[in-house]
Amino acid sequence: MSSPRRSRFVAAGTGVLALVGYLYACGPAKTSSSMVGATDAPSRVYVAPGTQDEFYAFMSGGFSGQVGVYGLPSGRLLKVIPVFSQNAENGYGYNAETRPLLNTSFGEIPWDDTHHPSLSQTDGMHDGRWLFINANNTPRFARIDLTKFETIETLEVPNTGGNHGSPFVTENTEYVIGATRFSVPIPQKDVAITSFAENFKGTISFVKADEAGKMDVAFQLLVPGFDYDLGRPGKGPSHGWAFFTSYNTEQAYTKLEVNASKNDYDYIAAVNWKTLEACKAAGKSKAWAANYAHNTYDDNRHMASSEMKKSVAVILPADCPGSIYYLPTPKSPHGVDIDPTGEYIVGGGKLATVIPVHSFSKMMKAIEAKAFEKEVEGIPVIKYDQVMAGEVQNPGLGPLHNEFDDKGCAYTSVFITSEIVKWCFSDFKVVDRVPTYYSIGHLLVPGGDTKKPYGKYVVAMNKITKDRFLGTGPELTQSAQLYDITGAKMKLLLDFPTIGEPHYAQAIDAKLIKDKQVKFFKLAENTHPYVARSESETGIARSGKNVHIKMTAIRSHFAPDMVEGVQVGDTVLFHVTNLEQDWDVPHGFAAMGSWSDAELLLMPGQTRTLKWVPKYPGVYPFYCTDFCSALHQEMQGYVRVAPSGRAVALQTSTKARPAVPAGEQ
Amino acid sequence: MLSLRARLALVASAALLGMMYILPIWQVSLAAPQYPEGLGMQIWLNTITGIKPNDLDNINNLNHYIGMKRIVPESIPELRLMPAIVGVLVAFAAAAAATKNRKLATLFVVAFVALALAGLVDFYRWEYDYGHNLDLENAIIKIPGMSYQPPLIGSKQLLNFTASSWPAAGGVAAFAALLLGILALRIDRAPRVSARDAIAVPLGTATV
Ligand SMILES: [Cu+2]
Repeated sequence: MSSPRRSRFVAAGTGVLALVGYLYACGPAKTSSSMVGATDAPSRVYVAPGTQDEFYAFMSGGFSGQVGVYGLPSGRLLKVIPVFSQNAENGYGYNAETRPLLNTSFGEIPWDDTHHPSLSQTDGMHDGRWLFINANNTPRFARIDLTKFETIETLEVPNTGGNHGSPFVTENTEYVIGATRFSVPIPQKDVAITSFAENFKGTISFVKADEAGKMDVAFQLLVPGFDYDLGRPGKGPSHGWAFFTSYNTEQAYTKLEVNASKNDYDYIAAVNWKTLEACKAAGKSKAWAANYAHNTYDDNRHMASSEMKKSVAVILPADCPGSIYYLPTPKSPHGVDIDPTGEYIVGGGKLATVIPVHSFSKMMKAIEAKAFEKEVEGIPVIKYDQVMAGEVQNPGLGPLHNEFDDKGCAYTSVFITSEIVKWCFSDFKVVDRVPTYYSIGHLLVPGGDTKKPYGKYVVAMNKITKDRFLGTGPELTQSAQLYDITGAKMKLLLDFPTIGEPHYAQAIDAKLIKDKQVKFFKLAENTHPYVARSESETGIARSGKNVHIKMTAIRSHFAPDMVEGVQVGDTVLFHVTNLEQDWDVPHGFAAMGSWSDAELLLMPGQTRTLKWVPKYPGVYPFYCTDFCSALHQEMQGYVRVAPSGRAVALQTSTKARPAVPAGEQ
Repeated sequence: MLSLRARLALVASAALLGMMYILPIWQVSLAAPQYPEGLGMQIWLNTITGIKPNDLDNINNLNHYIGMKRIVPESIPELRLMPAIVGVLVAFAAAAAATKNRKLATLFVVAFVALALAGLVDFYRWEYDYGHNLDLENAIIKIPGMSYQPPLIGSKQLLNFTASSWPAAGGVAAFAALLLGILALRIDRAPRVSARDAIAVPLGTATV
């Protein structure tokens, strides 16, 4: 996946760079003062042994489908949270307990592409409850519980092609927003691609998100068939609105590189979700048939379940006047970011030579005065000069995304000229610029999307690393870079490698999360259908071709550790419960020749199931995979497999007579 | 006949003894590098618990490596007797204060001292038993000559753990109760030496 895309970037990047050399003679300053060496960088990023980082940074794993958790300022990787991809390391997405989280209307999907982590908010501030992230390829949202750093809910989004402009949260986590990157026939049907203008539509989705386990597509607004790229909800005065960039207003369906880059202006869609709520309440939405999965994880059952939803509320702009306006914005805008005050709506045109800044208060006045230049499919387009607060001149080529500090300034990533530029709302003038290595996409300031950013660091997420790290063949590491922004000049402090593409990231004060961590699951509360809460509850039972083994793990043995009575043709289900009730004592479980599942990694008090289908008669070992104790190597057992049809009495080392499992799975 | 001050000391002694019902008496804590959050158990009048919710189970789980018996509070008969024994002591102190009977007060103190000594001996005996009578057949870690008796009071290294055994709040209250009992017997008879005044006078002024 990565190499064609990357080489395209490189080709486009180098081609344009040659051009940029002429256009920007005074281009980015690559002075040594902005780099490590002459600075106190080592002491700024050094987190001494035994001490901890100040911020958690949640970085999307891009095409790994996961989320990487890093400490800042050290840049150390703390955890990979599996979300939309199977993770053999802990069995996520392989075992019966977690597989339903990957369920979709297309069946189980073992991979996706995560882009934009978004921390839950209360009153416009990060509250440390949840992290949301999108799946771009097969459109989905996920909720991650920040007391466990585990995915607890996923929701497929219907009527969407590429869930890219998501899942940014409204200021009290009322909704996470989504928008279709690719317009598609809605509802899906078999039509000629050349009928794009006639048959293709976009949707903007509002997903109810304020309660764990209850994500739901509240309503979708059907919009013209453009590409919708990124979005951000308003805050403060603009709370109740959400803003989405669109490109390909040309409605090209082939060779978009050229055909979608013709218009001087595309649009930022300003969507009033409070008006949409009112329209839905007034019965102006339509219930469209749909088919999409909602998957939730139950902490006590230690198991996920999946349900299919069959209908979704769709609102047509014509049925809900005042719900959407278009703001003209130069050249295929990517980012649309709302400053901490909620007044400024900052665009970022991938091919633009200015950063357009719209004013929310001007927009409201223009709507009142009906200062529209035209309508597009019934949606009013506000006159550019009536919403414009200012244009930042000479920001470099290809401004993409903006985050903000606590002093009224913005930091804009600039892809083509590979730099971060700093400018301030007081005069819309660039005050500083610093190179990135190389080709920055998104950037992050801790708390940078809240009402009160911390304004200490900016982190660049780069698309290309080239010579920044030791080479590792053609597939190089991905990387991020940490800059100090406390002074007048940005200073590069640290390069650090990341998993997947660190597409976007958010960072939160560690104090809001670290003391709320679950240390283990309470065995007494474990209601898994095959739990064994003590060794006396273990056992074995046959149900047709399925052999269920309720097993326990505790330092340093399994119970039972001898199993007989299995035949070739049986499916063995090892239901293993970790009996430990102590912090940081996981056990693992793997059986030889396990060809369909990965290992189990069992947190204390947790139950997981390994499906094991023996192919040949014999005696096969199983063992603990997570080094748990001094006698970890002794933590092992055997399962005997008889030839098909040769009945050997079911027996285990712990039970002469079989225990009846709680139910069929 | 007991003076008012002596009777008040006995009432205070009884009240402090009563604290043993609601506070842990003794604490054994275990320190090792891989337990930065600590690990330990508390002995109460009628039970033994972990300092943190699962500490006792975790200690038992660790102890299986050296073949030590599981510590099961329900199987320790002393824990069933102790609430009654302390109840009798409280009743003695209260009765002595009510009846002003010096002999009853003396009986209270003597019984208290005897029971406290018996309690410590019994505690030592249990510690000895747990530390020495190991299931060597099933022990995983066997070090010749090594026993795992925790200290009666103080600290001791046991393999990778430093075991520390100290009275907890209820134990300190009991010790103070005993001192007050002795004080009650001596408070009126004591020769007026200045050092004694220093103890008796503040008590007198505070209560009279
Ligand atoms: Cu193990």
